[in-house]
Amino acid sequence: MGQWGEAFGVPFAFEGIFFFTEAIFISIYIYGWRRLSPWAHFWTGVPLPIVGVLGAASVVAANAWMNAPSGFTRNSSGDVVKVDPLKVIFNNAMPLMAAHMIVAAYVVGGFLVASIYAFAMLRGRRDHYHRVGFVIAFSVGAVAIPIQMGVGDSLARWVYNNQPVKFAAIELVPQTSSDVPETLFGHLNSNGTVSGGIPIPGLASWLSDPATGTSTVVQGLDTVPADDQPTTAEVNTVHLAWDVMVGLGTLMFLLALWYWACWIFRRDMPKSKVFLWLASAAGITAVLALEAGWVVSEVGRQPWIVYNFMKVEDAATANTGVWVTFILVTLLYIGLGTTTILILRQMARRFRRRGVDDEDVPYGPRGPAPAEVSEVEEPVTV
Amino acid sequence: MSTAIAVVLFVAVTAYAVFGGADFGAGFWDLVAGGAERGERPREVIDHSIGPVWEANHVWLIFIFVVLWTGFPEAYASITLTLYVPLSLAAFGIVLRGSSFAFRKTVFKTRDRRNFGAAFAISSVVVPYCMGTVAGAIASGRVPAGGQAGDPWTSWINPVSIVAGLLAVAVAAYLAAVYLVWDSRRLDDAAMVSYFRRRAIGAAVVAGVVAFIGIFVLRAQARYVFDGMTARALPLVILSALCGTASLVLLIRDAQRGPRLLAIGAVASIVIGWGVAQWDYMLPTSLTVADAAAPTGTLQALLAATVLFALVVVPGFVLLYTLDQKSLLPGEGVD
Repeated sequence: MGQWGEAFGVPFAFEGIFFFTEAIFISIYIYGWRRLSPWAHFWTGVPLPIVGVLGAASVVAANAWMNAPSGFTRNSSGDVVKVDPLKVIFNNAMPLMAAHMIVAAYVVGGFLVASIYAFAMLRGRRDHYHRVGFVIAFSVGAVAIPIQMGVGDSLARWVYNNQPVKFAAIELVPQTSSDVPETLFGHLNSNGTVSGGIPIPGLASWLSDPATGTSTVVQGLDTVPADDQPTTAEVNTVHLAWDVMVGLGTLMFLLALWYWACWIFRRDMPKSKVFLWLASAAGITAVLALEAGWVVSEVGRQPWIVYNFMKVEDAATANTGVWVTFILVTLLYIGLGTTTILILRQMARRFRRRGVDDEDVPYGPRGPAPAEVSEVEEPVTV
Repeated sequence: MSTAIAVVLFVAVTAYAVFGGADFGAGFWDLVAGGAERGERPREVIDHSIGPVWEANHVWLIFIFVVLWTGFPEAYASITLTLYVPLSLAAFGIVLRGSSFAFRKTVFKTRDRRNFGAAFAISSVVVPYCMGTVAGAIASGRVPAGGQAGDPWTSWINPVSIVAGLLAVAVAAYLAAVYLVWDSRRLDDAAMVSYFRRRAIGAAVVAGVVAFIGIFVLRAQARYVFDGMTARALPLVILSALCGTASLVLLIRDAQRGPRLLAIGAVASIVIGWGVAQWDYMLPTSLTVADAAAPTGTLQALLAATVLFALVVVPGFVLLYTLDQKSLLPGEGVD
């Protein structure tokens, strides 16, 4: 903490500014809903996506710096004596990681919002309001997901070139070799062999560098001393998380293809029950894929916290109270999460029972019931 | 360069004391507003008053932590390693406070409202108290330099910290009551004007008494800061006392304008006074600002961030408060 703050903290300083701006404008946007004129209200919302993207880029820059530390000079005793802030922020890992996270945010945002409307449509609320809600949100996710596959592919190749051990964990490669199969599921044993799973011959090598194809050499875990390798459990966690992320991402991509094919051939969104069920599930799978991606990034960097400079065990506090804090924080957030769900359910029950009085609660459905509006249905353009 | 960043840091601390402090103080008045019926109207006014601005008020804290961590990593390591107990308590309080405040508005049952309200209000008192003890620990030299951990308990359970904690709670309550008088007046609620006016006077007196006791505690236990307060920072201390007294007189005479600005002046000048008094130490008397500072490149980045802050965030804040004062941001459910 004391050792790297002068470098690692720089992106956070900028993130703080964007976060601050976001907090201010989100207050204005939410509280100004009823009193500001519609256009004034619209303009107070415009800064939000801008600072949101910049804030995300800054905070991911800090994490990327842990993967590709740069922009500092140390003296003989290991203290940071010189910092180049631009090289800290725009470190080698930052552009692709930031892009991957920002696109992921649009995937999650789009599919998660759409999933709520999809679920409501399954329950028979097929009015204009729900249709527009679904189409706007799902289109965002369905545009973002193919982009995400490209960005993710580039990032994986960056990891192949710059963090070979993480890549070896991702692809389950104990020893350096060529013609490495892409193993779906499966696990690494403590004796260094791989068992289970479905190997696709040569695919991991081919994906790492299509130019050299299946003869591409992939470095194994054994290229670094045992102390610098992730443990077997960590390797298996990384590999499973990778499979989850890529697998779910691919399924969501196929769902997006279905959606666009329907628009192209039938000029309408798919309305079958199967599609709507899958679209409802996509909200959850998007979140799972995002979390799995962070597991790949974080667990895959083990045992390092600052890659090749500092190990996690050397960075951790020596305070004995850490477990107490950890348990309390966990309990606090379990409590908050449960309360949030209970309150949301309670609100939903209340809305169903007696409609909603606008004055009652924030964020209640506003205005006339959507069913009445659907008479003035307009064509929806995407 | 390190001086400039230290000034930025202290300006942020002052802003947090003035804006965030008032926000916590509103929670204090919520706590002591009495039963569900008697306290209904004061709680409505409090909800209405802090609703649109509470979130933004607390980003100052994040800014302070980031600047301290990045600009003065050694001091940050020492402070967080020594004072992790009050800082963790404050963090819990902040999380609990925000979520309870949001939850309370969405539930109907009196029992639920009371539970969330209590969580909101109690944490509103715990957080400024903890922050005060942290300030007291730093001022009294109980945080060692070198990124070392001091004593995890006596560092913040000692006379200076306790007085500083109580002063923080009293000052927060005082600021909040003064702001709430103003907001009640905007709502044309004469009963609430006099309700909060009485409380503002009470809190001002209590804050004054605690500050007075604090002088003697500082003299006994935080000699460097005491010497600074009675020499270099003396004009600021006098200014604070004058502002405080003047705002008290205006409150008693029920003046409309003046108490608010004077109250801000009283609080801001004493916080700045603390900074001036312990200059040029970051951690009196073991770590100076210059020694604690990060390399030049980092400080330049922080300065650039500060300029960006002044260009982007400050106008945003002005817009937020202006719209709020013009009643264009009605609290949800309260029109």
